[in-house]
Amino acid sequence: MNVAVMEQALPPAPRVSARRPAVLEMRDVGKKFSAGAGAFAALSGFDLTVAPGAFVAIVGASGCGKSTLLRLIAGLDKPDEGAIWLDHAPVRGPGLDRGLIFQEHRLMPWLTVEQNIALALKNAPVPRASQNALIAEHLALVGLEGFARAYPRQLSGGMAQRAAIARGLVTRPEILLLDEPFGALDALTRVRLQDELQRIWLAEGITMVLVTHDVEEAVFLADEVIVMTPRPGRISLRTRIDLPHPRHRADPRLHQHKTDILAALGLAI
Amino acid sequence: MGGGVNAAARLARPASALLAPVLLIAAWQAAISLGLADGGIWASPAAVVRAAREAVAEGDLAGDLLASLQRDLAGLALGIPLGLATGLALGLSRAAGRLFNPSLTAIRQVALFSWVPVISVWLGNDEPAKIAFIAFAVFFPVMLATQQGVRGVDPKYLEVAVILNMRPSQTLRAIILPAALPAALSGIHLALIYGWLATIGAEYLFSAGPGIGSELMTARAQFRMDQVIVGMLLIAGIGMMFTQAAGAAERRLLRARGLA
Repeated sequence: MNVAVMEQALPPAPRVSARRPAVLEMRDVGKKFSAGAGAFAALSGFDLTVAPGAFVAIVGASGCGKSTLLRLIAGLDKPDEGAIWLDHAPVRGPGLDRGLIFQEHRLMPWLTVEQNIALALKNAPVPRASQNALIAEHLALVGLEGFARAYPRQLSGGMAQRAAIARGLVTRPEILLLDEPFGALDALTRVRLQDELQRIWLAEGITMVLVTHDVEEAVFLADEVIVMTPRPGRISLRTRIDLPHPRHRADPRLHQHKTDILAALGLAI
Repeated sequence: MGGGVNAAARLARPASALLAPVLLIAAWQAAISLGLADGGIWASPAAVVRAAREAVAEGDLAGDLLASLQRDLAGLALGIPLGLATGLALGLSRAAGRLFNPSLTAIRQVALFSWVPVISVWLGNDEPAKIAFIAFAVFFPVMLATQQGVRGVDPKYLEVAVILNMRPSQTLRAIILPAALPAALSGIHLALIYGWLATIGAEYLFSAGPGIGSELMTARAQFRMDQVIVGMLLIAGIGMMFTQAAGAAERRLLRARGLA
């Protein structure tokens, strides 16, 4: 039923960019960090398969290894055990087939929004001639049409994070990784950007993996929510959220999922 | 709101800043006019104005000023690029930093003016020695600031470069250099101040030649305190102009780059 909604939501206009969502597979992934005298396992025996075009959310308390997980998928760190495949090819380092959105927007303050997005295209296999169209398309996608020439400090936190999402998507990655992308925003902006992210996911049909500590955000956006517990980071619960998109926050079924997940995190209400 | 108050405050600031010097000059003039101080040693403000007029009329002052400014610029043109390049290299390469930083720190501990005898033996007492001395004075603030700027680039930005598969040369141009720019500019700002100080110092310490500092020494030898004070005022004026211009240029450049 996702597919049906996705097709409906696709804009009719011909697009410069076409996306091919990827399948992500993680098998028995482990990662250790040295702390003082010994080492502690940030992640251990982690298995995960994310279907092409799916939206998976990972929730857990701080230190449960969820950010480590994203860094491993992004290729910023290497796993000590197990392996990660993207479209059946092993992940060996960072690549433009994966976009990563951080909690902070990380736009270069000395570049305009447009130039920041163009930075991502420096080594992308996109002909120069179509780069401007691609940037304009992605500015429109995140609702920043009039702000191409603005500097990051002239943007609100929410707008800057939208620009970061545009930068993450402009290389046409197969998968978008989001590391607590709205954690630093105020509550109202966060809700608005969650709606935006749902719309972008529906429009783009891209695989997304969201790491968050906001259970409500996870159940609102994801097809599958994975709950992690720390030391070592392991999966303690997987829940499918079989509700059609676009979703509504007031849906009582979302509330039920939220209660279940909070219980799994040891927070009974 | 409060526009009138602001405008008044803006006018009042230079006025109050001038109050102290005006009072001082008046007291000074009065002391000499009343015979309380020796006008030969304590050249009166009137005598200073007379000496300034004379110097302008004879045109010596303009020549000396030009010679000093040229010397300063030559030293800056040598020292600033060297400082930028060295700072960049030491900032980028940890190995280079480990190798050279201790020596550079040690060299910096040797007071600037104690290099004068060495420089005069190596390069003589003329223009090359003076320019080298100025360049040397300018080199360190630029080198240190640039190195700190490069080291201080937020690793979060560098991580973005990794995510975006940027090559080292791209990362350098698009991220490291712009991120280090404010620090490098403040180093250059300091260099302009140090450079002018070093110019006057070089003219005092190396053999005579045209220059505002040499002129000052000559005037002192002839016991022309009025001329000495004219020279001092000129040196201060030029120094202030450098500082103001550097500050304005710095702000403009940073604003144009979205950084201020």
